[in-house]
Amino acid sequence: MSDIPMSPGLVQAGVAAQARSTWLEWVSTVDHKRIGTLYLCATLFFFCVGGIEALLIRIQLAWPNNSFLNPDAYDQIFTMHGTTMIFLVVVPVLLGLANYFTPLMIGARDMALPRLNAFSFWVFLLGGLLLYLSFADGHAPSAGWFSYTPLSEKGYSSRNGMDYWALALLGIGVGTIATAINLIVTIVNLRTDGLTFRRLPLFVWMVFVNSFLIIAALPALNASLVMLLVDRMLNAHFFLPLGGGSPILWQHYFWSFGHPEVYIMVLPAFGIISEVIPVFSRKPIFGYGFVAASTVAIALLSIGVWAHHMFAVGLGHAWEYAFGASSLLIAVPTGVKIFSWIATMWGGAIRLNTSMLFAIAFLFSFTIGGLSGVTFATVPIDWQTTDTYYVVAHMHYVLFGGTLFGVMAGLYYWFPKMTGRLLDERWGKVHFWLMFIGFHMTFFVQHLLGLDGMPRRVYTYPDVPGWAVMNLISTIGAFVLGISVLVLLGNVVLSLRHGETAGDNPWNAWTLEWATSSPPPEHNFDAVPPVHSTRPLWDLAHRAESRA
Amino acid sequence: MTRFPTPKLAMAVFIASETVFFAFLIAAYVYFYGAVVHGPSASNSLDPPRTLIFTLCLLGSSATLWIGERRLAAGQRRAFRRWLIATIVLGAVFIAGQAMEYIGLLSSRVNPARNLFGATFFTLTGFHGLHVVCGLIALSALLILTFFRGFGTREGVGIGAISMYWHFVDAVWIVIFSLVYLTVWL
Repeated sequence: MSDIPMSPGLVQAGVAAQARSTWLEWVSTVDHKRIGTLYLCATLFFFCVGGIEALLIRIQLAWPNNSFLNPDAYDQIFTMHGTTMIFLVVVPVLLGLANYFTPLMIGARDMALPRLNAFSFWVFLLGGLLLYLSFADGHAPSAGWFSYTPLSEKGYSSRNGMDYWALALLGIGVGTIATAINLIVTIVNLRTDGLTFRRLPLFVWMVFVNSFLIIAALPALNASLVMLLVDRMLNAHFFLPLGGGSPILWQHYFWSFGHPEVYIMVLPAFGIISEVIPVFSRKPIFGYGFVAASTVAIALLSIGVWAHHMFAVGLGHAWEYAFGASSLLIAVPTGVKIFSWIATMWGGAIRLNTSMLFAIAFLFSFTIGGLSGVTFATVPIDWQTTDTYYVVAHMHYVLFGGTLFGVMAGLYYWFPKMTGRLLDERWGKVHFWLMFIGFHMTFFVQHLLGLDGMPRRVYTYPDVPGWAVMNLISTIGAFVLGISVLVLLGNVVLSLRHGETAGDNPWNAWTLEWATSSPPPEHNFDAVPPVHSTRPLWDLAHRAESRA
Repeated sequence: MTRFPTPKLAMAVFIASETVFFAFLIAAYVYFYGAVVHGPSASNSLDPPRTLIFTLCLLGSSATLWIGERRLAAGQRRAFRRWLIATIVLGAVFIAGQAMEYIGLLSSRVNPARNLFGATFFTLTGFHGLHVVCGLIALSALLILTFFRGFGTREGVGIGAISMYWHFVDAVWIVIFSLVYLTVWL
């Protein structure tokens, strides 16, 4: 295999443009790569903030009857931790990667609507800052990330924190919808010649399906937030039983956003894994069509399962069975994906670098999270485990062990494209093992705590046999995770300065983003290679080989 | 390679998201419809014949915009401008009608805090009104652009997107009017 020839002038132009960049250029940019980078930097910042909140929670829970945080402070911290990680980290980090790589992977110059793209980022950042402004106003929101009514209503949360929460999420919701519109139009309109939907990189496929899911789900959140704000600010009673309103309606509305949101938080990570595993197994993906089609199936099913978050409400058996069954069904297309990834690795020439290690860790951890998810679809088990640490363990296995491990795989995979330098592999391995061990140490014991009946969202617990030691293990694991993030940050800073130069295509990958320089010039491509299959660069390299 | 006009495709996706948003507000109105037992309700507070007149204005504004677009396609820029002005005036009359209706209701103490009819009615019609106002801003910006030289050569698809939005806002009102006002006569 040979490298793809690129004009050397292009590389220098890219470097020169970087040297000239000032902060004003970053603020006013409409370039998808810069906006993507801004997303990644902002989410990294919020990830550290949310991580510190997680450590505060774990310090408080390290031993029984602790008084490190008082109950009110604890409620604010866990609410902010959940809201931050979901709305300011996991969703936007995936949008940031989608922003950076979708145009590159389809051979486009930029997104279809570059100014709308900039708007999306800034309204997201504004939402994030607005959320954190609540601390300055004296009281952060404290009703949990799904803010059940009537607790989140004025009579029960009288401080302004909830209003900041609702307004911030409204802003973030608008920005997310705008990005989804942009991605759909970009993928439909700006694919290079020959790049049909049957040849589209799977990451782009997942981003495409994900965008439709955003269009279907985020407006439901916006409508719920608007109604909550009307309740709080104009003294209405949408969700207040006292005035004839219905708290259950909030749950229906919120979860009809909230469950698709779970898939919005994981589908692009599936996409990353579907790029990383084939490249580092040196094999094409097994069952391309099945991986793409199962994504569509997951998206459609995810719209019809929201009430499995509400089994404890007392919806009636018919509803519970229906939603239990539809939730179990999702395991089928997800299983198809897991088997496709494993079959891709089967017999491949696997390269165990940091990116691939994270991809394998994703398979391992996400499968555990998926299996505990299946247990929740079984109504009687849900009744026993709802609102316990079993739920906390499950969702962290899906969101951290799933999505964030996927993002890490993507970061090590694409960092050289974004910066021109490889992340250091030795520090990468240290980062990986610390994060992998820290993660399982923190969250595996929470399954056991939950099954033993430890409730979530309670600021402390009595000295029940076994609980103290398991909580201490979890807290130590959380600090190991914290150290792993520091190693990552150190690796990023060091590699930016001294990292090995990457070249255009360090992994011998085959999708279009590797056909341009690293980092790509502002206009992305001088000439986009022809596309005749799902692996245009492979075709190009092998045609050159056969000519030679 | 562009497969569809970008502004129109983007607007179509945006309208899809707006449809979901309104669907949830409409569902809330329907859900609480039976819960209103005391106090103001659609049948004792609203004036459907009067609202029908303003509804016809909004429907008419969709027609005038459609005619205007056809004139522009035929190269008649001045005619387009006249029909555009007619569209804006009709839209503004609708908003004025809604404002008068709101003033009347609020002065007789029908408001979001009073009961669930007030909450659902003002939230639903209020957000629709807000969308009409946004449409009026877009149409007014378009009107200003018609005074610049070279208008009508490049903006074709942009105008198409604005007009899609305007027809959508109109269509949402047909649903709201049927559901909130016409049911009074059932």
